[in-house]
Amino acid sequence: MNSSVPAAPEAIDIRAHQFEDVEQQHHASWLGMWVFLATEVMFFGGMFTGYAFYRVGYPDAFAAGSNRLDIVLGAINTAVLISSSLTMALAVYSAEKGRSNATVRCLILTMLLGAVFLCIKFYEYYQKFVEYLVPGAAFRFEEPLRGSAQIFFSFYFAMTGLHALHMIIGLGLLSVIAVKARRGGFSAAYYTPVELSGLYWHFVDIVWIFLFPLLYLVGRHLHP
Amino acid sequence: MNAPHITVRTYAVVYVLLLTLTGLTTGVAFIDLGGSLNTVAALVIAVLKALLVVLYFMHLRYSDRFTWVIAAAGVFWLLILIGGTLDDLVTRNILPGELHLTP
Repeated sequence: MNSSVPAAPEAIDIRAHQFEDVEQQHHASWLGMWVFLATEVMFFGGMFTGYAFYRVGYPDAFAAGSNRLDIVLGAINTAVLISSSLTMALAVYSAEKGRSNATVRCLILTMLLGAVFLCIKFYEYYQKFVEYLVPGAAFRFEEPLRGSAQIFFSFYFAMTGLHALHMIIGLGLLSVIAVKARRGGFSAAYYTPVELSGLYWHFVDIVWIFLFPLLYLVGRHLHP
Repeated sequence: MNAPHITVRTYAVVYVLLLTLTGLTTGVAFIDLGGSLNTVAALVIAVLKALLVVLYFMHLRYSDRFTWVIAAAGVFWLLILIGGTLDDLVTRNILPGELHLTP
């Protein structure tokens, strides 16, 4: 800690005027984040519904398309994201104990794991381009599933793409939080932004927990 | 919410469980369970993993009822969205092409 660190947050009035006390303010932020995440469930829910609709309609194409995804990279990425959720949980844990340095370290680790996830994801995208599995005029797939397999890959790119976008936003969020934590902006009495960013990060993890089996594991038992 | 009673040990146990379930769902996917049981197994494991994340990493287990209601509402509307759409699909043949419905 250098001497240019601003006054300890305890000394600053962190309460906005419309709240009775800090606890009520924290509760409002907490609930607000959960409401936002509920709207996110609906946001992703539209795509999951579309997926379910066409999966029921074209089970063969979805199974065959799923088998063209790299299950090893998918499983590794699942483990990477779960690990990043653990480090995020530990960042919040450190923050609530008032350990700023540990919070910063955990946040950096979380961002690194998030970056690893994105690198693997984009490598997979590259593979799909090479294998002509991107929907469009150049799409190649055995008949008679060529048409419906494009639907599967459209869902693959749309769902993982929306998920990756959330990861990128999460990385931006965490870097802001990490800088603020490094500057001594949080304490055991006030660490709400760390906690709420954690909720967001875990939510994005949960989305992937459903995407992995639905996209990568659908047809493994049919064409091993 | 503040959850001072959660220890690093709890987080570690949840983490190991999540990795184990990831391995399990990947392994089970290669075994033909018959019918749509593979999908059921994959979804059950995914729901278990999601619950572990929500309850422990997101501290829902230690939160007040209001938070529970909001979380449940999100899931509830999602089920209406998916259920209401699928019941239309399985009762009317509205997709072109090689559509065939599995029981």
